[in-house]
Amino acid sequence: MKLSMTTALAGTLALVLGFAAPAFADIKIGATVSETGPASFLGDPEAKTLKMLVDALNAAGGINGEKIEFVIYDDGGDPNKARTFATRLVEDDEVVAIIGGTTTGTTMAIMPVAEDAEIPFISLAGAIEIIDPVRPYTFKTPHTDRMACAKIFEDMKKRGFTKIGMISGSDGFGASMRKQCLAIIGDYGIEVLADETYGPTDADMTPQLTNIKGKDGVQAVLNPGFGQGPAIVTRNYAQLAIGLPLYQSHGVASDSFIELAGAQAAEGVRLPGTALLVAGLLPESDPQYAVVKAYKEAYEKATGKPVSTFGGYAHDAFAILVDAIKRSGGSESSAIRDAIEATSGLVGTTGTVTMSATDHLGLDLSAFRMLEIQKGGWKIVE
Amino acid sequence: MRLSSKTITLLGLAVVIAIAPVFFPSSFYYRVGSLIFVNGLAVTGLVILIGYAGQISLGHAGFAGIGAYACALAPVHFGLHPALAAVLGAVLSGIIAWLVGRPILRLKGYYLAVASLGFGVLVSMVLANEAAITGGPDGMAVEDPGLRGALKAIGIDLSNTEFWYAFSGLILVIGAWLALNLYHSPTGRALRALHGSEVAARAVGIDVAGYKLKAFVISAVYASVSGSLLALQNKFITPDVAGFMHSIEMVTMTVLGGAGSVIGAILGAAILTILPQILTVFQEYEQLLLGLVMMLVMIFMRDGLLPSIARRLRRGGE
Repeated sequence: MKLSMTTALAGTLALVLGFAAPAFADIKIGATVSETGPASFLGDPEAKTLKMLVDALNAAGGINGEKIEFVIYDDGGDPNKARTFATRLVEDDEVVAIIGGTTTGTTMAIMPVAEDAEIPFISLAGAIEIIDPVRPYTFKTPHTDRMACAKIFEDMKKRGFTKIGMISGSDGFGASMRKQCLAIIGDYGIEVLADETYGPTDADMTPQLTNIKGKDGVQAVLNPGFGQGPAIVTRNYAQLAIGLPLYQSHGVASDSFIELAGAQAAEGVRLPGTALLVAGLLPESDPQYAVVKAYKEAYEKATGKPVSTFGGYAHDAFAILVDAIKRSGGSESSAIRDAIEATSGLVGTTGTVTMSATDHLGLDLSAFRMLEIQKGGWKIVE
Repeated sequence: MRLSSKTITLLGLAVVIAIAPVFFPSSFYYRVGSLIFVNGLAVTGLVILIGYAGQISLGHAGFAGIGAYACALAPVHFGLHPALAAVLGAVLSGIIAWLVGRPILRLKGYYLAVASLGFGVLVSMVLANEAAITGGPDGMAVEDPGLRGALKAIGIDLSNTEFWYAFSGLILVIGAWLALNLYHSPTGRALRALHGSEVAARAVGIDVAGYKLKAFVISAVYASVSGSLLALQNKFITPDVAGFMHSIEMVTMTVLGGAGSVIGAILGAAILTILPQILTVFQEYEQLLLGLVMMLVMIFMRDGLLPSIARRLRRGGE
């Protein structure tokens, strides 16, 4: 009896909702992220963040009284699958906007689909190629490698270093960042005296570091890299007692880096990181304080896992999209696109976003905090 | 007039491809269709290698990678038209298959599988590591071949997905036609003979090594063309196309549908392309269910899925 009651109730509800549908048409948003596969350490927190935010928004009444209908697919990091799912989101699910593209590869595969269909697409991947040149419907939230380089060089300049050594990973991240750094280093009047590289699975970087140590005049060392390489560099660096300031990239801006390298070896290492990483250290006067704190607490409560920068990218993409839908007042893709481009002063976890027709990222260098590792913890040094 | 089983098979395939769009609820299904045809083409090539000649290769994605990157690189570096680049890729794949095939086809069974696997991994590593040429793991854009534009100029205006559905469908029918012709040709008979018993085949004067190599080269060209089609319709390519998982996928499709029959293998490609799209509802269990389906088919239908249909088709023709 209980079952049939429930069924009847559900039926009535469905009927009511069905009739109500024309008046309160749901806003359909799509996502394709790499929840599984080699990029799952990026995609998993992104997917969790998006699902959590959609639930929270719908519980709070949706956007302008309209609920969000959220469709998410897992492309497993495969660009071909990402393109298929993007096509599905556009043609079959008929979403008004797409969030996704965990990696640069999947983003580049989704982009032509979104551009063809004239549907706004907010990418969660790092490469500068995504927004340079600017394409009308493509946006992104993570800062670029070039900005990380700029932040580091600014700090070096402030400390009076003009001659540095570089040791870069030869993986995708390291190679790309090395290229970006070398492209802008001249603007800061800094010179690279030694330019070494190492393979992504190398277990010892002593020879490269010895070369750098042997170069006269090197004042600081920069290590663009990702994964375990930078931790090994940091340990070898301490063992060789090189004694010069060491800079790491935003690619290792996480607590696990300190664990891997060891607090003693990592002492004094500087790197650019987001506010999310040092949520506990932000003063209440910080513009990002409230946003970062709210996201961190909600995420950790919902998933029981520590918050990550990557989930933060998804958080910001969703915030930008919701803000744009609110302002455009409807669910017209072209109006949402225009509204996204007009995003101004939106505070996210990675920084304050102000987009324009020529800037589809909308972050400036203040998005990064220069952090120093002290006694096994982070400290903001600005 | 009596139609041969080959003609019936081809007509059936062409009719299904032509009529299916009537039932498509949205144009997304054109995309799924064209993926089935692209995979089907690669799998048709593997039918020649695995089904006809009885040789196994776990490295055919390597040839798909060569075909795909030919379409990406040749227009940029040599100013070649992307469609011509696909032909270049096919020729290149054929030559490489010939060079690689000569030594590794001396191996049998597991050893052949491992050697071909090594080749596939090698290709994907080169594509990923030579970032200066190939764009590295982030991949590179592929120029539009302009075929759709040419059709538009003569008054046939198709959307992107519709065009690639029709075009890949056409190529698949041609590919299937060639493969079915081969089956009944002297070469096909020789391949099937050496599949049955190499010793017996040699005893009746069949150049076993030569025919194996022929099958390997032909299947490599099929894989290469399928890679080119994928690159051209995606307009973007990454080294994943040459990845180990893609090779496994190809062999799985072939074996699932029935390695001995072209239509069976294309059916296998269709099922394994559609299944992940259906299973998105059970996202977390997708891999699990895929594995389960595979295991059940392997245990209960060793000849491949729907073997009775394949068998009946074959019986009808002979």
